[in-house]
Amino acid sequence: MNHLFTLKIKIIMSEPNSKISNSTFVIVGERTNVTGSAKFRKLIENEDYVGALAVARQQVESGANVLDVNLDAAMIDGVKAMTTFLNLVATEPDIAKIPLMIDSSKWEIIEAGLKCTQGKPIVNSISLKEGEAQFLAHARKVMRYGAAAVVMAFDEAGQADTKARKVEICTRAYHLLVDEVGFAPEDIIFDPNIFAVATGIEEHNNYAVDFIEATRIIRESLPHCHVSGGVSNVSFSFRGNEIVREAMHTVFLYHAIKAGMDMGIVNAGQLGIYDEILPELRDACEDVILNRRNDATDRLLDLAQKYIGRAGKKETGPDLAWRELPVNERLSHAMVKGINEFIVADTEEARQQYERPLHVIEGPLMAGMSVVGDLFGSGKMFLPQVVKSARVMKEAVAHLIPFLEEEKLRTGMVGKSNGKVLMATVKGDVHDIGKNIVGVVLGCNGFDIIDMGVMVPTEAIIERAREENVDIIGLSGLITPSLDEMCYVAQEMERAGLQNIPLLIGGATTSRTHTAVKIAPNFTGATIYVTDASRAVPVVQKLMGEERKSYEDANSLDQEQARSAHLASQDKRPRAPIGDARANAAKLEFAPHKPSFLGVKKFENYPLAEIAQFIDWTPFFASWELAGSYPAILSDDIVGEAASGLFKDGQAMLTKIIENNWTKANAVIGFWPANRHGDDIIVFADENCDAQIGKFHTLRQQMIKSENRPNYALSDFVAPTGTADYIGGFAVTTGLGEHDKVNEFKAKHDDYSAILFQSICDRLAEAFAELMHKRVRTEFWGYAPNENLSVDDIIKEKYIGIRPAPGYPAQPDHTEKRMLFSLLNAEANSGITLTSSLAMNPPSSVSGLYFAHESCEYFGVGRIDRDQVADYAKRKNWGIHEAEKWLAPILAYDPKP
Amino acid sequence: MSAFKSRAERFAAIEELAKTKILILDGAMGSLIQGLGFKEADFRGAHFVNHNMPLQGNNDILSITQSAAIQQLHEDYFEAGIDIVETNTFNAQRISQADYGMEKYSYEMNKASAEIARAAADKYETKSAPKLVAGALGPTNKTLSMSPKVADPAYRDVSYDEIVDAYREQVLGLIDGGADVLLVETIFDTLNAKAAIFAIQTIFDERGEALPIMISGTITDMSGRTLSGQTVEAFYNSVRHAKPWSIGLNCALGPKQMRQFLADLARVAQTKISCHPNAGLPNAFGGYDETPHDMCEVISDWATHNMVNIVGGCCGTTPAHIKYIAEGVAGIAPRIIPTRDTALRLAGLEPFVHA
Repeated sequence: MNHLFTLKIKIIMSEPNSKISNSTFVIVGERTNVTGSAKFRKLIENEDYVGALAVARQQVESGANVLDVNLDAAMIDGVKAMTTFLNLVATEPDIAKIPLMIDSSKWEIIEAGLKCTQGKPIVNSISLKEGEAQFLAHARKVMRYGAAAVVMAFDEAGQADTKARKVEICTRAYHLLVDEVGFAPEDIIFDPNIFAVATGIEEHNNYAVDFIEATRIIRESLPHCHVSGGVSNVSFSFRGNEIVREAMHTVFLYHAIKAGMDMGIVNAGQLGIYDEILPELRDACEDVILNRRNDATDRLLDLAQKYIGRAGKKETGPDLAWRELPVNERLSHAMVKGINEFIVADTEEARQQYERPLHVIEGPLMAGMSVVGDLFGSGKMFLPQVVKSARVMKEAVAHLIPFLEEEKLRTGMVGKSNGKVLMATVKGDVHDIGKNIVGVVLGCNGFDIIDMGVMVPTEAIIERAREENVDIIGLSGLITPSLDEMCYVAQEMERAGLQNIPLLIGGATTSRTHTAVKIAPNFTGATIYVTDASRAVPVVQKLMGEERKSYEDANSLDQEQARSAHLASQDKRPRAPIGDARANAAKLEFAPHKPSFLGVKKFENYPLAEIAQFIDWTPFFASWELAGSYPAILSDDIVGEAASGLFKDGQAMLTKIIENNWTKANAVIGFWPANRHGDDIIVFADENCDAQIGKFHTLRQQMIKSENRPNYALSDFVAPTGTADYIGGFAVTTGLGEHDKVNEFKAKHDDYSAILFQSICDRLAEAFAELMHKRVRTEFWGYAPNENLSVDDIIKEKYIGIRPAPGYPAQPDHTEKRMLFSLLNAEANSGITLTSSLAMNPPSSVSGLYFAHESCEYFGVGRIDRDQVADYAKRKNWGIHEAEKWLAPILAYDPKP
Repeated sequence: MSAFKSRAERFAAIEELAKTKILILDGAMGSLIQGLGFKEADFRGAHFVNHNMPLQGNNDILSITQSAAIQQLHEDYFEAGIDIVETNTFNAQRISQADYGMEKYSYEMNKASAEIARAAADKYETKSAPKLVAGALGPTNKTLSMSPKVADPAYRDVSYDEIVDAYREQVLGLIDGGADVLLVETIFDTLNAKAAIFAIQTIFDERGEALPIMISGTITDMSGRTLSGQTVEAFYNSVRHAKPWSIGLNCALGPKQMRQFLADLARVAQTKISCHPNAGLPNAFGGYDETPHDMCEVISDWATHNMVNIVGGCCGTTPAHIKYIAEGVAGIAPRIIPTRDTALRLAGLEPFVHA
């Protein structure tokens, strides 16, 4: 039992992020294949399983989605080795977290592997080589063991080399599998054979083209199947020349993926980027891969001489006129202007002039950043420009890092950091634009940033803080349940004895009062609320400097005041008893309009260009801390220049998003017969209104109203039983693919584009919600068919009907999203998921209810009293504590802990 | 008398009922058996007077030696309002029975247990209230994914084939005794469950008759993982090939702790969701504290949140708990099974989905 216990601990310690492939290409790590790696073969032959596991771990760490395990070698007992190795993998959670590909040409080895695999693996491979009977018997076994399968384009007559043969064999295999044995088509992965090109044998020249063309036909004609292949085969004739091989793989994949190849056995971590291959090499590779000219092989062979034994590195940029300035001034200029084109060359030049690489950072680079800092601090530069400057700085530092590390190894000297700041968006929340901005701004002020990303569990924060010995922890969150999560982090920091680490709190729903009243009392260290990114730098600087003590004291005093003020304000807010508030509900007449359909309707891949028409740009500027409304902001005396620059970059980004489909827009809407029942809204399956399929709970305003003003609840806008009325719902997203693209930018040290991209996706989501609402009003529900409003009027909410979202003022309870999502089947229909705190993932998503009554209006529930909370808890089948937890932001009283 | 001519006919009736009703599964057997106060002699009964090892504590053997008492416990659960009764066979395969030297009686134990459960069910069954017997397959007391030896992580003290053979015997007994469905439950190691599925499907093939399969995993603590390390979605992806009639969670946690993991499962599973939690977490004395009322409150909340199709209880629950739960979910519509895009859904310890 002891061992089970250790294993369990290891599992808990490993990060719980599940890897879901949003991308179109699955990377199968190939280094744990003895047929492709002599090193791995030797490890297995010598039974050095510790070494063999290290190879597997390295594949996972460099991004393999699936791990290929092949132990076919003359000197190895395959069944025994496969059993031993997979049993060991099973006890290593950081490897076992990804699925396996059990790879062997011998069926008994595959079967031995399947008997050791608890997850759902892929078998590699089965084929028609030994005839139909054998093939079908293996396929049935694969199903019984619960695996997917790679099917090789191989039949009784041999391995397929031409396009026609590949397609013929795969098509035959597909129909046998699907029609005869009931194999799930999505579990079929064809390997139409990648063979070496440029071998000097003319018949081989078209092999890559045959693969690519066959792939296209297979993916188009055989529904749900996948295509994979061993990519390194293609460059076999260039063994020893890694630069040329990598370029060939990259070019090959570029074309094969476009044709539909969606999985590949590759050396994870050694994939290039098509655009970054030197043009002459790329063209030569392309000639060979695509068989574009007769002398392609000879030309690539000639060119390959140049790269023998070289490790790939980018060429330096061209020499230009403004480099006539001394290099220090050029660096400063580049940084202040945010120009990154020449930065690597300039940094390199500076490095050669200085004694130590660190001096380049501490000298001209920090000098440039301090100019930026001064301009920012004095309001002459704005956030977008600062983030652009930070991109330049990051690229310069990235260039210096190898030299710094080399120096560290040589001399043991270490650069000094202003301090280490750990940043995280708390568990259950996925929003990180603000956190990313703060990270960049702190980073360019010389702080080391450890960004743990989004949905980070408290335990992971605490562990990392200890491990890295951080100076400060910063938490971010956007939705209200995250406030609770932050309290929990504070509690756990207290328990873990981290009182010497100040805790910074930021994000849209956080506030000075909440931090003082709810978070700070859990933690005897300093808890500091930070209003925005520009405030983060001085706060952190103070906490790292000599003023720390006095600053923390002032902060606790301020929080003490905030608490008293909160307490004082408590008693002064009279609330109407819920019974009185209900008596004062809005009393409307009903003449319901029937929607054009009932049930749900989904929209996939909605054209982004159409959505972009509905963008409201004002909040875009606000997210970059530029105040003012669009379009007046562009000609504003103070921020006009920064705003115009940002707007230009934003427009360019929007164009690229649309042209390259960097994100995908899906929506689902639905309408159902509904009636109100008290403050709840009952949703029915059909117009007989007898089969209830759901219920929305609403909250009622309890503020004392002046004459004639009702105490609203959303249920007031739906007719009571007896009058057939309707309600609608929607969930839209423009963030499918967002996460991958952001990481792509970040990997290139381009945080500016990453944040710009995120803030545009966010705008697109709102625009999409606006667009769908318009179509709902004019066509799908159709109660305002003749509406003729400009985008501006729509932004000003001049339309009839409302689309309130759970978690926002008219219904502050986020948990109502569950009912909405279930009725819409939103996860399946739109790809949006809900986190444990009911945040929508991807973050660029919007959901809500539709109400059509002509007297509907947006309102805020405001604070509510104990009587309504108790009543609501009963209706939701909650205990009082759970109700108070979810409604915490709107309670008119302090709940008992 | 059975109200139905065949398993298939009975199953069709319950499938119809499941469209509008959350089905009720029974609760624990162990604590009720303990309450009967049986001694060694009672466990041995007339059949095993001279058996060479102690039998006290081997609850599954009571289906042979004290069959009337076991049938009465099943009937107590039917009185509480269940639709599905589980056979008293949690440990009735040869691997677990080795502790008592009773390996060779596995088939007999399972057949007898299924017969008793069927006899109890027949007393309560009507055309409009079909009563199902679920042949229960426990996890065995060995694990295929972990080593019992700290110094030798590649070692396993049981093989896949041995597990398959043990389940094979058990399944044959259950089917011959009249089980309507098979319930692979308390899965702490998915590989053991996959071996059970392998055995079951092989038998279905041989006999030309397939029964529905229910699958229920166990999340051991708040890390949200099975003991062998999988998340719920990874677990589901790993057993989907059984085309289960239901998938769910049971044991280890009480309903409050189980909620989030059940919600995760309900979001992804394209089949019915079952759940039979313990009556809370064990207290300092190893007992369970949640009252029928407590459990009913949490479970009916799941029901109103469209999370479940089948509910019942595990360790520490009694007919009183089940009665409350049955009343609590009465009239609430069962979860609607979601449709999801077709995708390649793989799993290691974590899920990997590729469309």
